[in-house]
Amino acid sequence: MSSVTLRGVRHGSGAPGPSLAEGPSGPLRLLLGVGTGGPTSRLDGHLAQWGPLPSWRGSELIDVLDRSGLRGHGGAWFPVAAKWRSVQAAGRRAPVVVANGAEGEPASGKDRFLLHRHPHLVLDGAAAAATTLGAARVVVHVPQSAVAAMTGAIAERRHRRLDPCPVEVVVAPDRFLAGQESAVVGTINGARPATPTFVGLHPVRQRGVGGRPTLVQNVETLAHVALIARFGNAWFRSVGTAASPGTTLLTVTGAWPDPRIVEAPLGVGLGEMLGLGGQDATSFQGVLVGGYGSGWVTPTEALTTPLTEEAFRAMGSSIGAGVVAFLPVGVCPLAEVAGVVRYLEGEGAGQCGPCVNGLAAIATTMEHLAFRPGMLRSGVAVLPTLCGLVEGRGACRHPDGVARFVRTSLRVFESHIEQHLRRGPCAPGPVFLPIPGRRWSGR
Amino acid sequence: MKRPRFELVVDPVACDGAGLCAELVPEVVTLDPWGFPIIEPGEVPAAAVDHARRAVTSCPRLALTLVRMRASAVVGGGTTSPR
Repeated sequence: MSSVTLRGVRHGSGAPGPSLAEGPSGPLRLLLGVGTGGPTSRLDGHLAQWGPLPSWRGSELIDVLDRSGLRGHGGAWFPVAAKWRSVQAAGRRAPVVVANGAEGEPASGKDRFLLHRHPHLVLDGAAAAATTLGAARVVVHVPQSAVAAMTGAIAERRHRRLDPCPVEVVVAPDRFLAGQESAVVGTINGARPATPTFVGLHPVRQRGVGGRPTLVQNVETLAHVALIARFGNAWFRSVGTAASPGTTLLTVTGAWPDPRIVEAPLGVGLGEMLGLGGQDATSFQGVLVGGYGSGWVTPTEALTTPLTEEAFRAMGSSIGAGVVAFLPVGVCPLAEVAGVVRYLEGEGAGQCGPCVNGLAAIATTMEHLAFRPGMLRSGVAVLPTLCGLVEGRGACRHPDGVARFVRTSLRVFESHIEQHLRRGPCAPGPVFLPIPGRRWSGR
Repeated sequence: MKRPRFELVVDPVACDGAGLCAELVPEVVTLDPWGFPIIEPGEVPAAAVDHARRAVTSCPRLALTLVRMRASAVVGGGTTSPR
């Protein structure tokens, strides 16, 4: 396993590959050579490590992506080829390609890491999409902290004419919903930033940036596209399972003193991947997999279940945006859940009645459970009911994510809930999960 | 020719919970505790389509649409994506 801390290179393995005609052979792809390789953030280093981006004719690359089984790594795990085809089928106007690095998930850092480490891999993926789809422009939608790196990379490429159309940078607002597809389009179109819209019959794939068909693709997904365009679908499938091929970047917190970025081969248990055994399960109370819009699993489930989207969905969770947060013992899980739910409630766009009312009710009930359980005379049965009242009823999936986060917490922290209802709340103690505006208090 | 099938869709951003729809087409619309419509998913029963049409034109926020259902459509994708 290779990993890096969020603050810099921790350690790496795998030699930098100067001759990669067949693609990297191990499970390290996006993290290949981290800690030992040259600076791939510059175009020369990038080309030395990966070679030039081959040109594909017509729609051939879409067929290759289809065979590769690549799915979106922004959170939804939607098949990439199907998304590209629907943009292609959307109309006569030249589409817009958006490289989405907004990464609103507070516990995630993998997209920011990628933008600094491999800006050209992301831009290669966007260029491949722009060429295949005949795009009029590429928009790189990234947080302020990545603007300089991306602007520099785009300028380097302009000199060598590597991009088929103009590439521009738009700053993603620092909000949880900033990366939501219709919110991204709204931000780029100059509407109220980070606000999803009700797209109804006209998804952004048909009518997005400037009214054009628009492909919004997460930056990690585009980096995988750049490698598949070079090394092919069979290479991509040489790691992972039939249904979940390839690797994924994870942001792992709680397992070590600092959060780390890890590249994981899909289909392998997290325990094996991270070097954590069965006895380590007792050090944790639960594991949040995916992000704040995803769900909790038990430590044993997290460590032993093969990491595939199907397996985690079956447990009510998802690989989502690749967050893996091991909740240590000594932290009140219900206070954690309540804190995150209140944060998510505040991050709502405030547009849809069911979400505004429902999330406020869920947040208040969770706070009662965490801090004033005596208020809940009829137990926690009201929480699944409230979740049912918000699911599927927003313009975006924000309420569905909150419901998933809460529903799974009721299962994973069931015995702790019993404890609160019988004996009262935990004494005020340390907090764990990062919430913007609240000081980080990792283990 | 096959009879067209319809689905009633609410734009949750436009809707402000006036609640007329639940009175005009109770076959498929109920109200949540805050007065916002919960629409029975799927096809509107043939007998209720006229009521649904009336609800669409009567909605003070023009938040309702009667959508003709197609055999298949690409759905999904995108983080917290629109449905």
